Amino acid sequence: MNSTLAILAILDGISYAALVFLVSVGLSLIFGVLRVVNVAHGSLYAFGAYLAATFSLAVAPISPWLTYPALLAASIVIGVVCGGFIERFLLRPLSGQEDVLQLLITFAAFMIMDNLQRLIWGVQPIFAAEPLRLLPNIAVFGVSYTSYQVILLPGVALATLFGLRYFLRRTLSGAVILAVTEDREASTAIGIDAKRVYFVTFVIGASLAALGGALASPTTSLVPGMGADMIVLSFAVAATAGLGQIEGTALTALMIGLTRAFVIYLQPEFEVLVPYLLMVLVLLVRPFGLFGAVQVRKI
Amino acid sequence: MSGRIKPVTAIAIIFFLVSAVAPLLVSSWATLFALILAKGIVVLGIILLLQAGQVSFGHAMFFATGAYTAAFWGKYVGGGDIVLFIALGGITSAIFGLIVGLFVVRYREIFFGMLNLAFSMVLWSLLEKMFHYTNGADGIRVPRPALLGLSFAPETFQYVILYVSLLIAVVAFYGVQRYLDSPLGHMLRAIKSNETRLEYLGTSARRVLLIGYVISAFLGGIGGTLVAIIQQIATPEFGFWTKSGEFVFIAILGGSAHAFGAFAGAAMFECVRFYAAAHLADTWQLILGVVLIVIILYAPNGLIGLRQRYGQAKQGGH
Repeated sequence: MNSTLAILAILDGISYAALVFLVSVGLSLIFGVLRVVNVAHGSLYAFGAYLAATFSLAVAPISPWLTYPALLAASIVIGVVCGGFIERFLLRPLSGQEDVLQLLITFAAFMIMDNLQRLIWGVQPIFAAEPLRLLPNIAVFGVSYTSYQVILLPGVALATLFGLRYFLRRTLSGAVILAVTEDREASTAIGIDAKRVYFVTFVIGASLAALGGALASPTTSLVPGMGADMIVLSFAVAATAGLGQIEGTALTALMIGLTRAFVIYLQPEFEVLVPYLLMVLVLLVRPFGLFGAVQVRKI
Repeated sequence: MSGRIKPVTAIAIIFFLVSAVAPLLVSSWATLFALILAKGIVVLGIILLLQAGQVSFGHAMFFATGAYTAAFWGKYVGGGDIVLFIALGGITSAIFGLIVGLFVVRYREIFFGMLNLAFSMVLWSLLEKMFHYTNGADGIRVPRPALLGLSFAPETFQYVILYVSLLIAVVAFYGVQRYLDSPLGHMLRAIKSNETRLEYLGTSARRVLLIGYVISAFLGGIGGTLVAIIQQIATPEFGFWTKSGEFVFIAILGGSAHAFGAFAGAAMFECVRFYAAAHLADTWQLILGVVLIVIILYAPNGLIGLRQRYGQAKQGGH
């Protein structure tokens, strides 16, 4: 492996990690607050991607630069409409019920969305690479790469990371979310509307998944099944990091992204194996994830 | 209740009788009922673990192990017999279940589910990518095996495999019920209600769960072998996480409180899929999703629970 390939692998890994981070951090946030593994998360990712492609194909004839707001608009629409619906009408009636029911109802949402996606957008691959082509290529240590993938995507990921950190730790709304996570009963007693907190958190998490999909849509062709692949991958990242760990998710996404990129260049057939193998190894040693806090058994 | 047959048992007996007789009238039902019974056997394993309060979101790995055991035998050894396939599929899955189980029984709830998922996804990627051995995503064809040395024409064979599935399903159903009623089964339930107290009694909760896990893997493997023989193919899809989700889905649909829930759920699931796929082409997944939501929101104890609720209402809430 020469240095050009190594640089290529690193750039691939970074741009991939940025996308995976956006999706995984949404999953992790939802689990951290609602204690629900959202199986429909991958479908939100896929819907975000498809709607973004539809929007940007629609606005591209007017002005190609409008495709960027179109990506953002698509992810917010999906986050609010689909995410809001799942939380309000599926998860909320189940609060206080067994975990398996909550998990399974998001699985039902996954099945329905997976089917709807085929009905709405068909099974033929869709391409909408306009936003990718608008930005120039740049040279990184002599390797030419699209600046959309090496600057814009990691930029958005970093902005999300620091934005979330700031929001949760420095603003009142963030403090309210943390309070509900810490002790739902006590926070309700001092007048916090826990249901609203759950709703808002779920919509934020869902929007992040859709944003990941929207930003991924220019770089890849959209095919059925992309959601089912993404959910396990983002779950692997979130679980390896420790569910609910925001900074940990970023580091793990980077680690898995880079490892995967190098494996693609060295031993391509084992590409899909990487995240799951890492997940098994990490969870066997540290079931609470690399960055998760160990809970001691009480008795 | 002594001496009287419980209503659920009666329904179970009627169900098994119907699945023995109905396919004789409509021949396309032979495969449908064989699939229902085979899937029901797998879901029995899920229900077993649900008794302990644990949800495995990776049980498709044992299903795939059973299926690929038959497929590999057909590909590398050739020939084969139903009895041999099922014995091998069960044994391989049980051994695999023991190995995975040694790790996963140390964890509970979400961590148990996560680790199962991780193991199953490793198996899935291996099946998908070891192209030289597994034919990748295309899967391996499973040639029609003989039964105790007798080979059959396709029309007869669908009945042969139906009755083999029925026999195994009845034995598995009876066995699982006996197991759940035994001291070991009660200890398994105690893991859900109060694990610490179970350990204070001097029992190892891990060992109790491990036994349950291996049995559950064994059932998953046998079900997988049967489905591979019925559909005459084994593909990596058998081990994908959506398959695991499907099994948990069927368990909740039928009701996890009783072993018969496995077959009630499988019957409903496969019938919806069979008829929706025939009449409404591309929407069977959508319909099943809606069915699942309705069940979870309005009948969280599943189809079995519906009957019990109705029965209780009649007896004035007892």
